Amino acid sequence: MAETLLKVEDLAVEFDTRDGVAKVIDNLNIKLDAGETLGIVGESGCGKSMTALSIMGLVPIPPGRIAGGRILLDGEDLLEASEARMRQVRGNEISMIFQEPMTSLNPVYSIGNQIAETARLHEGLSRADAHQRALEMLVAVGIPAAEQRINEFPHQMSGGMRQRVMIAMALACQPRVLIADEPTTALDVTVQAQIFDLLNDLKDRTGTAIIMITHDMGAIAEMAQRVVVMYAGRIVEQADVDQILTDPRHPYTQGLIRCVPHLTQNPTVERPPLLEIPGVVPPLTHLGTGCPFAPRCQYADAQCRAEMPPSKPIDDDHAVACWLTERETAA
Amino acid sequence: MSDAKNTTPSNGSPGDVDEIFVEHPFRQFVVMYMRNYAAVAGLFVFVLIVGAALFAPLILDLDPFEMVDAPLLRPGEGGHLLGTDNLGRDLFVAIIYGARVTMAVGGAAAGITLVIGLTIGAMAGYYRGWVDEVLMRITEFFQVLPPLLLAMVLVALFSPTLETVAIAIGVVSWTGVARLARAEFLRLREQEFVKAARSIGARDRRIIWLVIMPNALPPLIVNAALTVGIAILFEAALSFLGLSDPNVMSWGKLIGDNRDYLLDAPWTITFPGVAIFLTVLSMSLIGDGLTDAFNPKLRER
Amino acid sequence: MQFLTVVIRRSLYAFLLLLAVIVFNYTLLSMVPGDIAETIAGESGGASAELMAEIRRSYGLDQPFYVQLFGYVGRVLQGDLGSSYYFNVPVLDLILGRLGPTLLLVITALLLAIFTGTLFGVIAAQRPNGIFSHFITILALIGFSAPVFWTAFLLIILFVSMVQIMPLSGLADPLTESGTWQWYLDVAHHLILPVVSLSSIYLAQYSRLARASMMDILGSDYIRTARAKGLGQRVIIYKHALRNAVIPVITIAGLQFSHIFSGAVVIETVFSWPGLGTLAFESILRGDTPTIMGILFFSAFVVIVFNLLTDLAYRIVDPRIRHSGTA
Repeated sequence: MAETLLKVEDLAVEFDTRDGVAKVIDNLNIKLDAGETLGIVGESGCGKSMTALSIMGLVPIPPGRIAGGRILLDGEDLLEASEARMRQVRGNEISMIFQEPMTSLNPVYSIGNQIAETARLHEGLSRADAHQRALEMLVAVGIPAAEQRINEFPHQMSGGMRQRVMIAMALACQPRVLIADEPTTALDVTVQAQIFDLLNDLKDRTGTAIIMITHDMGAIAEMAQRVVVMYAGRIVEQADVDQILTDPRHPYTQGLIRCVPHLTQNPTVERPPLLEIPGVVPPLTHLGTGCPFAPRCQYADAQCRAEMPPSKPIDDDHAVACWLTERETAA
Repeated sequence: MSDAKNTTPSNGSPGDVDEIFVEHPFRQFVVMYMRNYAAVAGLFVFVLIVGAALFAPLILDLDPFEMVDAPLLRPGEGGHLLGTDNLGRDLFVAIIYGARVTMAVGGAAAGITLVIGLTIGAMAGYYRGWVDEVLMRITEFFQVLPPLLLAMVLVALFSPTLETVAIAIGVVSWTGVARLARAEFLRLREQEFVKAARSIGARDRRIIWLVIMPNALPPLIVNAALTVGIAILFEAALSFLGLSDPNVMSWGKLIGDNRDYLLDAPWTITFPGVAIFLTVLSMSLIGDGLTDAFNPKLRER
Repeated sequence: MQFLTVVIRRSLYAFLLLLAVIVFNYTLLSMVPGDIAETIAGESGGASAELMAEIRRSYGLDQPFYVQLFGYVGRVLQGDLGSSYYFNVPVLDLILGRLGPTLLLVITALLLAIFTGTLFGVIAAQRPNGIFSHFITILALIGFSAPVFWTAFLLIILFVSMVQIMPLSGLADPLTESGTWQWYLDVAHHLILPVVSLSSIYLAQYSRLARASMMDILGSDYIRTARAKGLGQRVIIYKHALRNAVIPVITIAGLQFSHIFSGAVVIETVFSWPGLGTLAFESILRGDTPTIMGILFFSAFVVIVFNLLTDLAYRIVDPRIRHSGTA
């Protein structure tokens, strides 16, 4: 077993909204080993991006607030760290790439300038050395004719190329953790596959651990070793990727997998119809006491609506927060 | 407006907003306007000034040019509320009468501005192509000429009458309205209801004035309030420079007549200026209020 | 290469615009009721017979309209704007003699408005509901509503009459010897009030504009990227956000240059600043039509040149436009 690099313990994040306090993240526990890829899945609004921003120390405060918990990077609690220390961490030890490559790069600076900026900031490289580093990174992320393109501006590049630039920027200082927040959602399908290959390839070469945030089970299947499924700011299930795909326990996880056509186990046998999960994520200001998924769950009963199910391990590295499995295992 | 981006809670409770949306559109409009206290104050000042302009001659049966007392009396001296100017004219009476000219010329000039601007902007935005090209080149041409200087030249070349002043102001200030109207028309002409009107064979003129124009009105009405304010400022500047009818009292003229006594009798400059300032301010506050009233969702700023 | 093509195309367009201004000027003159020679002379019946004859000959008034027009355009393009009726010297010389003070006033006011306005906007945007933000909203309202000459008079009452720290009018004290460092200092001293009055309107507008665009930008994805890189707040604001926030301010400033020029006419007359504005005002009072038309033409010329420069500056600040090659 590899050493644990990043550990999130009992994290809780709240937002003040017009309709009251929204608990966007509640009782969140995840850990990330060196060199592994952890997938975080869920619909939009389930708190996965907020998890990423919490780790980066970029939750907008106010209206946001860290209500409790710890985020340990090699044992150092990032929630206790000073802003100056967090600036050293960001882009250097933990990097992040975003969903929207089209708008995530500054339009008025050349891409080379933007990549070099990170290297100059964290490693104090000279202008020339930083330029050299930017060039190496562009080559590493597979940008053709990097010598010329290094002086181009974001608007001169396609979305896939811009996401490669974002990755180059994020990896310029060899961070230990890369958080990829829906890195391919805005891109064409063929480009998506290229980006996945690139990330996998870079992970193998540099040993950077990746937190892959997505709503797409297909992406998880391609990238992740372990998976965390989030719903309404809480973890409902976590397990190895194979277990999640072959033996999903939580009704929500099962629903997510049914949404993806090609993941069905045996195409020759009668296929279940493609399904969607009825309903939407409830407003986080009015969650009540029960399981947040209960209103959309076909198995929900009185207990589900009244009490929050605790997360229970059902196997090595497989935990589920659902009264249904709780009763099954107890029986 | 990008100002609208805000994350803090509003002061109104969500219940209020729901309540407003089920009401009649006009009542909703009035309610939203009334919520903007500054805009209500602006409307109040505006009504007051228009009232003074309309009815003052009936109440105050005086000649603003008459020398009623010693020159340069301080405010309050000799029973003159705002004092007298360098020719011994009562400043209060002069300011009240000045409101007539300022309002009439400002209003007429704004009207001319809007007619030219709307016509050119609507045609450019609706017909596009070479019509747009030609009209936009003309617009750019007028943007190159310094507006006040051109107005000065027009008044000087032709005659210094109130009509010339109003026309000159209209001729130099329509470009902004034209650009705005063009943008609205370019946007609206692609909307479904315009296509629908075209598909049933409506004529261009009908589509422009009866189909698109009513939908383009909200931003244009807000702009009209500002246009009146700007026209008043132009009128004030021209009459301050002596480029207006010398036989008619106006605020700018009052300042121009007294400018040499600035250091000895600052009130002769200050009070007419306050009148101009308040009038234009009221127009821009009304403009803000109309913006709120037309876009209830953008209310938070 | 591409940049050069754009420069050439824009220059050509600027030239055509200039031609249009000349044609417009002449058409305007010929539209004035009465004898055009009298209009040009500036006084009906008052000018000497020789002058009238001179005007008729030099403008070719017996020729058809288009011939007259071509003659006029040709003369203007050669720099011949006619002779001042009042001073009896070439209008161009008169204008060039007055250009310096006007440009000094206008450009200083414009730069002050852009820099201070952007700075105010940037500071306000960091606290969208702070006191400074409200101050800017109110400042913008006041700036829009106050007539520029009145603002100038209020400043005079305040800083010349009450607190006596500013000179009342003129370019410099006539007793100071021109060209010495004391003279430059004195000009700077005399420049303060006119510049502040002139820039007040635009400063207020640009603050509000910069605040709005800055607030948009601070919420944008690339600012989030910059934070995720580990950049400090100051670098984020002054390197990554500011340059983007300045773009709309430059755009508006470019469009408004002719308005600022207009404002200068009024400000110059208030402060007896010896520039084009004072000359225009005095020429109108004197009925010196050649000078008036010359100033109108020359102002348009300055505005066109300035627009050309803004357009090019804009391309340097914003790479998206630099590469698109259009507009």
